[in-house]
Amino acid sequence: MTPWPHLTLRHLHIALWGVLPYLALAVLVAGSAWRYRYDRFGFTTRSSQLHESRLLKVGGPLFHYALFLVIGGHVMGLLVPEWLTRRLGVGEEQYHAVALTMGGASGIAAVTGLGLLLYRRLRVPAVRRATSRGDRLTLPLLSLVLLAGLTATASSVSRPYDYRLGVAVWFRSLFTLDPDVTAMAHAPLLYRLHALLALALFALWPFGRLVHAFAAPLAYAARPYVVYRSRGGAPVR
Amino acid sequence: MRVMSQIAMVMNLDKCIGCHTCSVTCKQTWTNRTGTEYAWFNNVETRPGLGYPRGHEDQDKWKGGWRLDARGRPVPRSGGRARRLARLFANPELPLLEDYYEPWTYDYETLIAAPPGDDLPTARPRSLIDGRPTAVTGGPNWDDSLGGGPEHLAGDPVLRRISEKMNERVRLEYEQAFMFHLPRICEHCLNPSCVAVCPSGALYKRIEDGIVLVDQDRCRGWRMCVTGCPYKKVYFNHATGKAEKCTFCYPRVEAGEPTVCSETCVGRLRYLGVLLYDADRVGEAASVPDERDLYEAQLGCFLDPHDPEVARAAEESGIPHDWITAARRSPVRDLITTYRVALPLHPEYRTMPMVWYVPPLSPVVEALTAGGHDGEDPAALFGAIDALRIPLEYLAGLFTAGDTAPVEAALCRLAAMRAHMRRINLGEERDPAIARGVGMDERGLEAMYRLLALAKYEERYVVPTTYVAGAQGAGRARGGCSLDHEGGPGMYGPDGGPEAFHAPPATGGPAVTAGAPQGGSSLRGRVNLLNWNGRGRPGGLFPARRSAGE
Repeated sequence: MTPWPHLTLRHLHIALWGVLPYLALAVLVAGSAWRYRYDRFGFTTRSSQLHESRLLKVGGPLFHYALFLVIGGHVMGLLVPEWLTRRLGVGEEQYHAVALTMGGASGIAAVTGLGLLLYRRLRVPAVRRATSRGDRLTLPLLSLVLLAGLTATASSVSRPYDYRLGVAVWFRSLFTLDPDVTAMAHAPLLYRLHALLALALFALWPFGRLVHAFAAPLAYAARPYVVYRSRGGAPVR
Repeated sequence: MRVMSQIAMVMNLDKCIGCHTCSVTCKQTWTNRTGTEYAWFNNVETRPGLGYPRGHEDQDKWKGGWRLDARGRPVPRSGGRARRLARLFANPELPLLEDYYEPWTYDYETLIAAPPGDDLPTARPRSLIDGRPTAVTGGPNWDDSLGGGPEHLAGDPVLRRISEKMNERVRLEYEQAFMFHLPRICEHCLNPSCVAVCPSGALYKRIEDGIVLVDQDRCRGWRMCVTGCPYKKVYFNHATGKAEKCTFCYPRVEAGEPTVCSETCVGRLRYLGVLLYDADRVGEAASVPDERDLYEAQLGCFLDPHDPEVARAAEESGIPHDWITAARRSPVRDLITTYRVALPLHPEYRTMPMVWYVPPLSPVVEALTAGGHDGEDPAALFGAIDALRIPLEYLAGLFTAGDTAPVEAALCRLAAMRAHMRRINLGEERDPAIARGVGMDERGLEAMYRLLALAKYEERYVVPTTYVAGAQGAGRARGGCSLDHEGGPGMYGPDGGPEAFHAPPATGGPAVTAGAPQGGSSLRGRVNLLNWNGRGRPGGLFPARRSAGE
């Protein structure tokens, strides 16, 4: 006899796909707000380019730009419902061919870039020493998320799975506060693993170097070149 | 006319003996922390020489400062906004640590802990960056006093540009004849290119005194400023991931005290004072097409505080009255505008630098004396300034974008001052022609002599205090100094103190970890002697006395 005979796999699914996402989101939002409030000094890229530039010049841009493509692909795949693309005249097979090639290519580029950066971090003594405890947790997790996602994309060649009728439905349902747990529970293991690791990454986000993503200097494009500030503190002009 | 005020500096290179006192006291004050071991907000270079970081004046390589675009408008040489944002993930023009030097310490421990044996224990050099044994191959003044010889000198970008015109033989002679020291700090430019390239808007120019600062809370470590500054005077703290730079010792300047480098200069060669300038003219001046006009263009931005019109406009734009009176007594204004003996460093960068230099006359006098002439004889001296074309070319390469006329004029004024004062001291008859020959009068020469040679403390440093009513902790959510972060510039905790600079590298990562609590709580409520004016006993210097009952 199990101690809780009423506890079934269904409860686990509810915990993972109905509760955990909100917990991760709460940690992400509250953690970032807390970090910004109490450790604004810590919002930095923690760049190690001073120590090593040759590998970074290739790996850094490759990883980041590929990541933008990957994020763009996720927005397309998760937020745009299938009926919309169908109405626009894009067939399921067509869509998946594009998603597979584009997603696969940018995924491979991102993994290659990250691989270069990790090699650099491990093999260049000065960079290795500049690695913080947060990095040691964040970077492996980030690698796992990327690898799981890339493998999931690759697996769709042999075992086709229309994630836009499964994972995407669950993802969108999160925002209507009515999580479609079943949609996710029936997704292939790789997709579930990828989602789970990503949730862990989001929960960890505010506490490591990843916060620098929130510091993207978009305002620079519209700013006058020279900034004047008064001694009192507030920016002027 | 939009009047703004700036605290500016002039250094009299004739008096610099290259003792590095300014560098060392500056380092002890500001950069004796983990992450800034390699950074020298103030450094002293030997010219000709590579400088620090090595060859930093080669803007074809480092892309510092501004250039004019096709429409004649200044854009950062490292690229405009779009290019900067596109290069966010790897800055292609960032100097590496090896371009500065790899900081090191020694295994002092082995001197004490080595077991008894036949050999004397030695303290081996050890890198402060990766903790491994290292060979010391560079330092902030590695080619000090022409150490290293011609192969180092060949890398001097200013010399290279001249020697394209000159042949090798002249250059070698020239090396024997000519050497001087060049102390460098941040130029606190009127048109700062480090500020212009900062994507986060963390760097800013202070309205009140023109000091260029990095907001440590806003800096995100994109390190564009390191590239943007043509003088390479913004440094990246590799432990905190933030940019840091010369602060012009603003806590001292606000209190009316000179900067640490000025205060401790044994040669008394630094001058501090207020300059009023017209902010509306700066953009225009920075975009004059010919580089050689930049010196005159910058002079044209400065305003005469004796002009009642200027004084009225200054009051209107909120400049305190004592700043205007300080501007009238400013030694910096005298040397730059009145006597015209001070020149800007590399005006061709178009940043409108605000630390100016009186070019060195001594090497010319020495060269004459070595040649068997009377080095102080005015006729010989004037002739020599003109005849020694190469030093003039070199100085012009540093101070006037290659135009030798202003350098020659400044040197002639200095020579005239020497000749005039020698006649007075030797009891000879005065010769008004000397002063007239350089476009001055005798009173002017004597006043210049007083300022340059006697250099009284009160006349060298005319720094008005900055006070803001109720400024105690203004604009800060939490109290205390905004620089008091762990590893930050004001950090005086156990990890950031002077001991840490010389300590062997600790194992594990740098002290700052994500989410770590900040602030040295052990020092809370205690005094920071950096801000103490030296009068009276500062509160919090000693622990509070316990009450009698305890």
